[in-house]
Amino acid sequence: MKVRAQMSMLFHLDKCIGCHTCSVACKNLWTDRKGAEYMWWNNVETRPGTGYPTGWEDQDHYKGGWHRDDKGRLKLTLHSKAGGLGKLFYNPSLPELDDYYDPFTFKYGDLFSAPEADQQVTAVPISKITGKEMKIESGPNWDDDLGGSDTFARNDLSMEGVDDAVRAQMEELERVVFNYLPRICNHCLNPACVGACPSGAIYKRGEDGVVLVNEDKCRGWRMCVAACPYKKVYYNWTTGKSEKCILCFPRMETGQAPACAHSCVGRIRYMGVLLYDADKIADMTTKPEDELLDAHLGMILDPYDPEVVRAAESSGIDAPWIDAARRSPVYKFVKEWGMALPLHSEYRTGAMMFYIPPMSPVVSTIENDLVKLDLPEEREDFELLEQLDKARLPIQYLANLFSIGDQEPIRKILRIMLSIRTFKRRQSLDGGVIDAATIAMLERAGLTVNEAEDIYRLTTIPTIEDRFVFPPYHREMAIEELNDPLAHKGETGLGYIQPAHRGP
Amino acid sequence: MTTNEFVFGALPYLVFGMAVAVTLFRWKLHQFSVSSLSSQLLESRRLYWGSIPFHWGLSTVLVGHLAALAIPQGFRWWNGVPIRLYLLEVTGLALAIWAAVGIALLAWRRLSTPRIRAVTEPMDLVVLGIVAVQIITGIWIAVGYRWGSFWGTSVFVPYFRSLFSLHPQPEFIEPLPFVLKLHAFSFFVFVGAFPFSRLVHIVTLPLGYTTRPWQRVVRMNRDPGGYHGSSKEVQNR
Repeated sequence: MKVRAQMSMLFHLDKCIGCHTCSVACKNLWTDRKGAEYMWWNNVETRPGTGYPTGWEDQDHYKGGWHRDDKGRLKLTLHSKAGGLGKLFYNPSLPELDDYYDPFTFKYGDLFSAPEADQQVTAVPISKITGKEMKIESGPNWDDDLGGSDTFARNDLSMEGVDDAVRAQMEELERVVFNYLPRICNHCLNPACVGACPSGAIYKRGEDGVVLVNEDKCRGWRMCVAACPYKKVYYNWTTGKSEKCILCFPRMETGQAPACAHSCVGRIRYMGVLLYDADKIADMTTKPEDELLDAHLGMILDPYDPEVVRAAESSGIDAPWIDAARRSPVYKFVKEWGMALPLHSEYRTGAMMFYIPPMSPVVSTIENDLVKLDLPEEREDFELLEQLDKARLPIQYLANLFSIGDQEPIRKILRIMLSIRTFKRRQSLDGGVIDAATIAMLERAGLTVNEAEDIYRLTTIPTIEDRFVFPPYHREMAIEELNDPLAHKGETGLGYIQPAHRGP
Repeated sequence: MTTNEFVFGALPYLVFGMAVAVTLFRWKLHQFSVSSLSSQLLESRRLYWGSIPFHWGLSTVLVGHLAALAIPQGFRWWNGVPIRLYLLEVTGLALAIWAAVGIALLAWRRLSTPRIRAVTEPMDLVVLGIVAVQIITGIWIAVGYRWGSFWGTSVFVPYFRSLFSLHPQPEFIEPLPFVLKLHAFSFFVFVGAFPFSRLVHIVTLPLGYTTRPWQRVVRMNRDPGGYHGSSKEVQNR
């Protein structure tokens, strides 16, 4: 057993309001530079929708991720090693700028300098690449809240397998429903970007699992951009280097949450340490599709297991990290309560960011100016536990996103959330009496009363210390105390040591 | 020193020495600046038609030149049978024309696409010009001075070998026609421009990819007895 630690983020989608504060915090901190204008290391997509870059889930086109070949071996979908070298001069699977959008600004100066005229002065859009006037055809979050059109939702690849009747229903404007999907780099266990990089410039940090691009070693072959199935590696057109989400490691190393998580107004994000067994990665990634999700979640080790603790210590993970793994809210949601799933586990990269799928209202119609819920009359206390198919967001759709098309894990999670909701309502509104029926309802969802209370507390009223549990990084130990710290000045931290200029 | 002695006797050492020194300097201290500077993100379709012919055509011809320098007797043996000579010459010429089409398309793309113009540095145009001169003079020689793969082994190879043995004999080049001189001279200009332009990406050809493990995991060294502040690769898979 080779134990490694992974800093993992958890997104409670039921709490996400789609405000994009995370994206803006990240943009202001990391990508407000020339060549990086179009990059959103953190983006929030309206789903169902086509996402950013457009249609990123279409791996027939982009060739992202890994697949299991006929003999059960793991293969990079983008290329073999020799094939990768053959495609250095032109990479057919690479997204183009227009798959993201042409970054733009406006000629604000015209608003002040235009001569007096009868017409209102306008600020014309100009491209941030060419500096010339342009017509804006797309932009960040162009499909936000479906962008006033059903085109985006209609073209969502994850709608595959959703009942035609349900699809037709969703395309009616008054019945439309969406949720938000914030995405950052998944800091995978088996990253396809690392596997695809001909220069070997991308690596996974052993101590916390953050996947980073060495900007000095990157030569701009841009295979990582195509190979990442989540399209979370970006090519900086000014510097000729690839860039990606760094999980704000300089902030984590000083005990602060990443900017996206820290700024989240819905407090949907949780962060903590997960321990995993690196020896099992190869086995996990080659599992057949129906066993893949269990194997993926099975990578995460129990930090209370004495055998795991012993193996962790001998792998160089110190006691404070093991303690942090025990207090990790991500561990609680993913493993103890089984409420969170990775995004598109079928890409076989071993994504290490987890999502709690969102609840949605019951499908309703309007009859005689009254809202009529599409539920049978004999329903009891609006319990949807056995009526999950009546939720507006099709279960199959969520299953396509989070559980490789298998509805059961999604149903289980939604049952947990709905039963806790009903339990808390009865507790706080119906006189506070918890009867046997309520306890039985919790038990049907696999919960005890105490567990329900714990989940409720961590979901609804967590403090910042509950949401973000960071172990001490002890960066100072990497440079011995007796050494002159000034001798290492400039070696740590982040930023261009050379000015970001295209070419020599 | 005559012009010929300077261009073919001294200049090669100057540019090669500079190429090695400046490339090493850039590699050690400004490695961030070493990149293929791909512009495929900004424009893809024209690049496809230009980049593939240009790179494959030119690199194959370059390998052919280097092979002739390394094993001239092999070339003489191969060319001893006329049909094999024709085959080699036709292949070389076809590759050169393919590369010429490629560089023409690349130049057109660079000048006519607004997004590519925005990322064009003066040095990019200089590089295009140098390589274009090499390809055009190469085709000219292949057509006008047949059969280069045959006589080249007894004209250019001894000259280049004289350079390597540090007893340059520029007089080998003196009586040659102007185009041949230009072809050789433009190569030295190419070498001179190499470390100062995007051409350095040639030496970064990632052949190591074929043998390296798929994954890389790097861990900060927290061992107090170790090399401080360094990182080490702990696991490859």
